Amino acid sequence: MASEEQLSAIKRAKVLMVGAGGIGCELLKTLALSGFQDIHVIDMDTIEVSNLNRQFLFRQSHVGLSKAKVARDAVLRFRPKISITPYHANVKESRFNVDFFKEFDVVLNGLDNLDARRHVNRLCLAADVPLVESGTTGFLGQVTVHLKGKTECYECQPKPAPKTYPVCTITSTPSKFVHCIVWAKDLLFAKLFGDKNQENDLNVRSSDTASSSEHSEDVFECRKDEDIEQYGRRIYDHIFGHNIEVALSNEETWKNRNKPRPIYSKDVLPKKITKENGDTEKDCATGDVSAMASLSLKNPQDIWSLAENSRVFIEALRLFFSKRGKEIGNLTFDKDDQLAVEFVTAAANIRASSFGIPLHSLFEAKGIAGNIVHAVATTNAIIAGLIVIEAIKVLKKDNNNFRMTYCLEHPSRKLLLMPVEPYEPNKSCHVCSETPLSLEVNIHHSKLRDFIEKIVKGKLGMNFPVIMQGASILYEVGEDLEEDMVAIYDANLEKALSELPSPVTSGTVLTVEDLQQEFTCSINIKHREEFDEEKEPDGMVLSGWVEAPVDKDNNKPVGNGESTSNALPSEEILEGEKDVEIQEQSTGAETVTGKKRTLSEVDGSRNQKTTENLDDDDEDELVISNDWESLTKKKRV
Amino acid sequence: MNGEELTEQETALYDRQIRVWGADAQRRLSKSHILVYGMKGTVAEFCKNIVLAGVGSVTLVDDRAVTEEALSANFLILPDENLYHGKTLAEVCCASLKEFNPMVHVSVEKGDISTFGVEFFEKFDVVVISCCSLAKKKLINQKCRKLPKRIAFYTVDCRGSCGEIFVDLQDYKYSKKKLEETVECQLEYPSFEDAIAVPWKVLPKRVSKLYFAMRVIEQFEDIEGRNAGQTSIADLPGVLKLRKELCETNSVSESQIPDAVLERLLTDTSEYPPVCAIIGGILGQEVIKAISGKGDPLKNFFFFDAMDGKGLIEDISKP
Repeated sequence: MASEEQLSAIKRAKVLMVGAGGIGCELLKTLALSGFQDIHVIDMDTIEVSNLNRQFLFRQSHVGLSKAKVARDAVLRFRPKISITPYHANVKESRFNVDFFKEFDVVLNGLDNLDARRHVNRLCLAADVPLVESGTTGFLGQVTVHLKGKTECYECQPKPAPKTYPVCTITSTPSKFVHCIVWAKDLLFAKLFGDKNQENDLNVRSSDTASSSEHSEDVFECRKDEDIEQYGRRIYDHIFGHNIEVALSNEETWKNRNKPRPIYSKDVLPKKITKENGDTEKDCATGDVSAMASLSLKNPQDIWSLAENSRVFIEALRLFFSKRGKEIGNLTFDKDDQLAVEFVTAAANIRASSFGIPLHSLFEAKGIAGNIVHAVATTNAIIAGLIVIEAIKVLKKDNNNFRMTYCLEHPSRKLLLMPVEPYEPNKSCHVCSETPLSLEVNIHHSKLRDFIEKIVKGKLGMNFPVIMQGASILYEVGEDLEEDMVAIYDANLEKALSELPSPVTSGTVLTVEDLQQEFTCSINIKHREEFDEEKEPDGMVLSGWVEAPVDKDNNKPVGNGESTSNALPSEEILEGEKDVEIQEQSTGAETVTGKKRTLSEVDGSRNQKTTENLDDDDEDELVISNDWESLTKKKRV
Repeated sequence: MNGEELTEQETALYDRQIRVWGADAQRRLSKSHILVYGMKGTVAEFCKNIVLAGVGSVTLVDDRAVTEEALSANFLILPDENLYHGKTLAEVCCASLKEFNPMVHVSVEKGDISTFGVEFFEKFDVVVISCCSLAKKKLINQKCRKLPKRIAFYTVDCRGSCGEIFVDLQDYKYSKKKLEETVECQLEYPSFEDAIAVPWKVLPKRVSKLYFAMRVIEQFEDIEGRNAGQTSIADLPGVLKLRKELCETNSVSESQIPDAVLERLLTDTSEYPPVCAIIGGILGQEVIKAISGKGDPLKNFFFFDAMDGKGLIEDISKP
């Protein structure tokens, strides 16, 4: 296979790998075996126990160490003569700028989040370096090749928008278990153990109709005259009892909904909890403080009863205050924090019980709360092999033979690995073409800060933005700014768009630029008075950029938001379990459907496909036809 | 599932994959025993995958010495002569594999696999053989089939940019999810001997050219008494002659087996690491499916060719 010409292209090549996780470990191994001699690896992560089932370069003794560095050492053991340069760093750091990217012949992504992928895409476009992009979820995976001007860029196709839940669904009217998880994690956990100064909607909606006699801020503070169990019970009664009663008093809300049931601790727990097993408060496998251990609950796959959940709730709260008191006020939810997962599981289940929603096991709850992406070693190995095959084509400048390849769970037309010709760049892509965007916004209400957070960072994925109106700079960030400029920019952040030193009005064209990504966008501003709070929670609507419709069916709220796939073309899949903004991500579970679009594409001859597809599952067929329209609009390279 | 629960340690380690195939499948995996013969790059990939997945045990058979060639696509061998000198391929690979997952028992069985009696195979749930002659494939497949217990049998071969997997699950029952329900399914597999004996003209029209090409090469090596992969471009005339004979016997056109494909298979006999990763990955997945009884297994051949990038399933059995 490896011709002389190919071998020398491989030996000369300098490649950059971004990500040394599930795909990264496999990729680094396969690159080294294939004869690559100069490999650079960036990964900001450290190794965790749950990585070890597939990130085979890592061992138990490496837990806590840099992935990039350990991966390098492990590969050098079987290929000692090659050069591997590890960076234990975030790819978004400023040292990884366009000049850095220009040093490489090809960039290979094994990332786990949309944000970093967009960032690398832009740097590759700016540096004009080919990018091979990849992702996996469970048995599904994909590899794509992005070459500026030749094939579509990573952002040419819609990416599924992160799933967001309306605030009132979370605070008052949950109907699915995921709503209870979001409530327990982002509101309750944050309120009790996180930064007290953070805004938190925990009480707002449920108590604004009938204000309680207590000042709501004080409810969550432990009083001097109560012990931790009393405190826990008081919190319990307040959030699962009192708040529900208050919510019930607003009859309008429950006209078309099932009413929730208030739950008080005295109804589910004995008056005084006697500890059964005081000696073991630690999880025997990990040594972490654990309410499950102290209550002798062993199997994380069991679904606890309401009484068990209530005991876990009180016990976890007690353990936080008695064993981890120093961290209180600074904690954020972490899926690898056993006690935090226990607390969130119990709280979500008690709330679910109150609202008549089925309860879930800790294992399931952890998956939902941590946005955990399903991952197995085999898919990562296959995807890594496919990445190397494409990377070698890139090095040989074999541009007409690039393929995007899908790894499927169920064969389609006998294919388990399905190659598809790549698409041409999307001429209206706001990233790789220079199409202007337009933004509807209330220029009198929205502040510059809202615009930057929600649009420039949130939607356009910029890190170091400069906002300009004509020649005047409204905002910029950077280390070398004068202090007085920083003060002016900070002041601008709090101003409504129409009140800025050079006011933004309807018809203004703003230029937004990220110097690190060397990426510029023009945005036409249109004033609009009203926005629908439910459907347009940002109070702004950006159009002209590619974003997929939000996944409608979110009853399987698993997975890393970006890993979903609902829609096509480049529905993407991710390896990893990062990006834990639960808020509101949609499912990664049904990635299967996304693939189907390619079915019809293989081999070019469209007509035979549907008829030939006889031995496939019915499900598959359905999906194809659904996506038919969007397929036909795209042009092949 | 009767059986003990997974330990906390197992649940923590296998968390991500339990989310893919469930705790039940994980328990079955941890009780399965796998025999592997022929420790080249593809098999090394496969072994890594199943050891990480957490099978009960893996037994390696390969008494050959470590050579330069063996090193080329095999990350289980550290290229230090002091480390591998005097050891067999199986021994060296065993030492590396053990490190991947302390919960899996990895061991070596010495001897010539062809001489192992039927009762030897009874200890295993899965048998995977690689780099074997046609005769050896048939023989070991037969031994597995003689046992009352159902053994999942696989052969795997990678030559250059091409790879082939053969699967024999005998009479196999499994469950799969269709929409919301779980349905029970059943498949009948032919033995390797019966599968390759199916006359070519009764096969569906668009069977992969690789299937025929691999059969020609395999027979050529068998007739000439070569080891698997022991060929060169000098063998092309002989192979073309054999192709002609086989195509005539089977009444199919010689154009079913292009010269270019045969040439590639004869000359690129060394393994190509990206293909090893892909074939080793697919095989790992199939073995996991067969053990767990979950999901559609492939029946009964799989082909991958890096030249066109297709990973293709072919059902070669009597119509």
